Amino acid sequence: MNQPQLKQQPISTGSDWTFELIQQYDEVIGGLAQEFGLDTYPNQIEIINSEQMMDAYSSSGMPLFYHHWSYGKHFLGIENNYNRGQMGLAYEIVINSNPCIAYLMEENSMTMQALVIAHACYGHNSFFKGNYLFRAWTEADSIIDYLVFARNYIAKCEERHGVDAVEKILDSCHALMNYGVDRYKRPHPISTTEEMQRQHEREVLLQQQVNDLWRTIPVTKSTTAKDKLPPFPEEPQENLLYFLEKNAPLLEPWHREILRIVRKIAQYFYPQRQTQVMNEGWACFWHYTLLNEMYDRNLVTDGFMMEFLQSHTSVIFQPDFDSPYYSGINPYTLGFAMMMDIRRICENPTDEDRQWFPDFAGSNWQETLQFAMRNFKDESFIQQFLSPKVMRDLKLFCALDDDRLSEIEITAIHDDSGYQIIREHLAGQYNMGDKEPNIQITNIDIRGDRSMRLEHRQHNRKPLNDYSQETLKHLHRLWGFDIHLDSIQDGKVVNSYHCPDINDYPDPENE
Amino acid sequence: MSYLIDRRLNAKNKSAVNRQRFIRRYKKHIKKAVADAVSSRSITDIEKGEEITIPNDDIQEPVFSHSPGGKRTTIHPGNKEFVKGDKIPRPKGGGGAGGSKASNTGEGMDDFAFQITQDEFLEFMFDDLELPNLVKRQLAGSDTFKYKRAGYSTVGTPNQINIVRSLRAANARRIALGSPSKKKLAQLQQQLEQLLEEHPQQSDKIRQLEEQIEQLSAKVKRIPFLDTFDIKYNLTVKEPQPTSKAVMFCIMDVSGSMNQATKDMAKRFFILLYLFLQRNYDRTDVVFIRHHTNAAEVDEEEFFYSRETGGTIVSSALSLMKNIMDTRYPTSEWNIYGAQASDGDNWDNDSSRCYDLLVNEIMPHTQHYSYVEISPREHQSLWHEYEQVKSQFEDTFATQQIIQPSDIYPVFRELFQRRPA
Repeated sequence: MNQPQLKQQPISTGSDWTFELIQQYDEVIGGLAQEFGLDTYPNQIEIINSEQMMDAYSSSGMPLFYHHWSYGKHFLGIENNYNRGQMGLAYEIVINSNPCIAYLMEENSMTMQALVIAHACYGHNSFFKGNYLFRAWTEADSIIDYLVFARNYIAKCEERHGVDAVEKILDSCHALMNYGVDRYKRPHPISTTEEMQRQHEREVLLQQQVNDLWRTIPVTKSTTAKDKLPPFPEEPQENLLYFLEKNAPLLEPWHREILRIVRKIAQYFYPQRQTQVMNEGWACFWHYTLLNEMYDRNLVTDGFMMEFLQSHTSVIFQPDFDSPYYSGINPYTLGFAMMMDIRRICENPTDEDRQWFPDFAGSNWQETLQFAMRNFKDESFIQQFLSPKVMRDLKLFCALDDDRLSEIEITAIHDDSGYQIIREHLAGQYNMGDKEPNIQITNIDIRGDRSMRLEHRQHNRKPLNDYSQETLKHLHRLWGFDIHLDSIQDGKVVNSYHCPDINDYPDPENE
Repeated sequence: MSYLIDRRLNAKNKSAVNRQRFIRRYKKHIKKAVADAVSSRSITDIEKGEEITIPNDDIQEPVFSHSPGGKRTTIHPGNKEFVKGDKIPRPKGGGGAGGSKASNTGEGMDDFAFQITQDEFLEFMFDDLELPNLVKRQLAGSDTFKYKRAGYSTVGTPNQINIVRSLRAANARRIALGSPSKKKLAQLQQQLEQLLEEHPQQSDKIRQLEEQIEQLSAKVKRIPFLDTFDIKYNLTVKEPQPTSKAVMFCIMDVSGSMNQATKDMAKRFFILLYLFLQRNYDRTDVVFIRHHTNAAEVDEEEFFYSRETGGTIVSSALSLMKNIMDTRYPTSEWNIYGAQASDGDNWDNDSSRCYDLLVNEIMPHTQHYSYVEISPREHQSLWHEYEQVKSQFEDTFATQQIIQPSDIYPVFRELFQRRPA
């Protein structure tokens, strides 16, 4: 009866995009996002072609990066796969900066562009701005400036010291990049101007400190006792690059600066590695919610929705464990399922939900989701929010693969007795400390041959990979003296690596 | 508020530097792949790009990580019939339930493969090669120049303004134009002061002096700081550069004894040579000589594609070369090179004539001469005579033997390898 006369018109009906349309969509999506209470950085949307996308891909998504052969390698690999049709490119790349830079590919249809805008410019963007890890560890305001600084500095080094010398240092730094992160200490904010000003002072000062440490002038007799010297480092060091930057005796000042650059960039990426499930889940949840809202308001056509849903389902598709396409749990699927489920628990809680999540079942879903997004990382997020329903929907089970046993044991499935176990182990899977080998510097022989001793504490008897010896060579290049790495299992050394390789030395008894 | 930026316009080849770095690093591998490709290709597509494959192990970037083993608890999706406590056999070869994590790079353990362009291909193909002994230099033609400073000029374009000279000229002009007036001005001022001190009542004279002073100082002020004719420009002149001119004589045997395969190999050799010269030397003439019982100078098309054939008299080609050298390529100006391919068959008695021609007429004027014998058989008289030539001109005469197509490229590299100066 009371049919509204002014029915909303869809923004567009065709599949081709234009700049005007993108702008219109962005305005509408932005408006909706605000209604839903998403707090974002301003957006900078950039249209690029596939070659640029491959380029961005190969240099870790950054718009400007220093030059290194490995990025060329990645580019060639991607280009090859792409040209053969073996691989599609990501629809978007988004950078945690202020303004938040999002790349849209020109090949995308209008629907895809809208999807990407909702996903990247409002989903990821609000995550970058809200999540505590990003707030604490990355400086969205200054990252682009810092990248410019890094690129120019490295270019200058190449001019001065030759491409080969710089490449060698970068190779070694990249090999240890995952060990260039302060896991607990909040890093100092980076800014270009400061960085430039302090760089010179730092060079001088650092060298001085290093010289102090390695002083070779004989000690006076009053302090003869060698064992009175405190061990160095006093505590085991997990940030290898930081330790090398501050203490390696033979590095030139510009070596130290490059170490620092790689370390800073590793630190910048660290939160992204810790929040993949949440970040993607959050972005998928919002593109799904925002675009559905647009459909409810008649802003988009049925055809648009069909195309959108098709892409959406293929993004969050999870192959079963026995499928040939299976390669672990899809973070998009898990994240999206959990985010959707949190909303469901808030809006329509069942008895089970009330029992499992007494503190937020039936609460305001927007507030709860914001709370979850802001204050957790993958590990703790799963620990706190993975519901029995999601486990049942995904049919999760827990498999124990022990190389001492001949068979794999199923230790839990999605039933009452298994929920807790699955949740705990799934959370553990996203613990960075377990993902990467735990390697720390334990001792430096400062009054002897300056050799460095590292310990690898095995977790669940997981051994180091075959490239460890190669990686040690890189560590050796930076440190300049002998390196010894012990792999320790239950307090016993089970494997040792040395660089230079001890087997290469001539046996003194045979001489 | 969002900003929308179109980045597609100016970003061609942003990755070029990284790509070059990569190629530079794996030069050795690529060179080998190129060498393999050259020998296995057919004549017509010898200069296309190529897919290069590098073993994955050689381009690994090592990092610390876990290898399979130990005790692993993994959560998997899609349970179908498992219940708690089930034991299942460990799947072979990773993947699937509980197996080792599949490679997540998507590249698996295949070798790393990528394309290089035609240009890069040729670059690698002719890397480190050069025409030996390219020494004769001449002021030839007018196409290479070097810009040289040649003092200053009063005309030129704004970007060539020499600031120091211009300001110096301006200063000189200001001094020259201004100093008489200034001198006068100083005098008048002195007079005025004197007058004011001694006879302050002579107001007429004072006013007169003041007027004069005013006029003069206005005149001094009018002298411009910088005038157009002060401006001096750096003058550069083009100076012709001596360049080297070179001519390559390609001599190919097309006699009946050369079968199709041999001819094919000879042509391949010359195509390589031709590409090399075309690519690396702008100012090089190539003379194609084809011979059986008599020799003829032909063009490129005929040289590579004609099917004419007959008996063999090698000396006919050499004497034709000698004639062309005499008429068109005066040895004082030109660097002369020769490359000859044959199966070694020659008319009796002709080989010694070849020897005479080479030793007396050709070699003394030639920078380098290479002879390639394409034959799996025993060497015949021509080779032995050429050995003699070689013993006399060790630095400039080279002989090589090709048995199968895969020898061509190595032999070619051997002949034109860059030698330390």
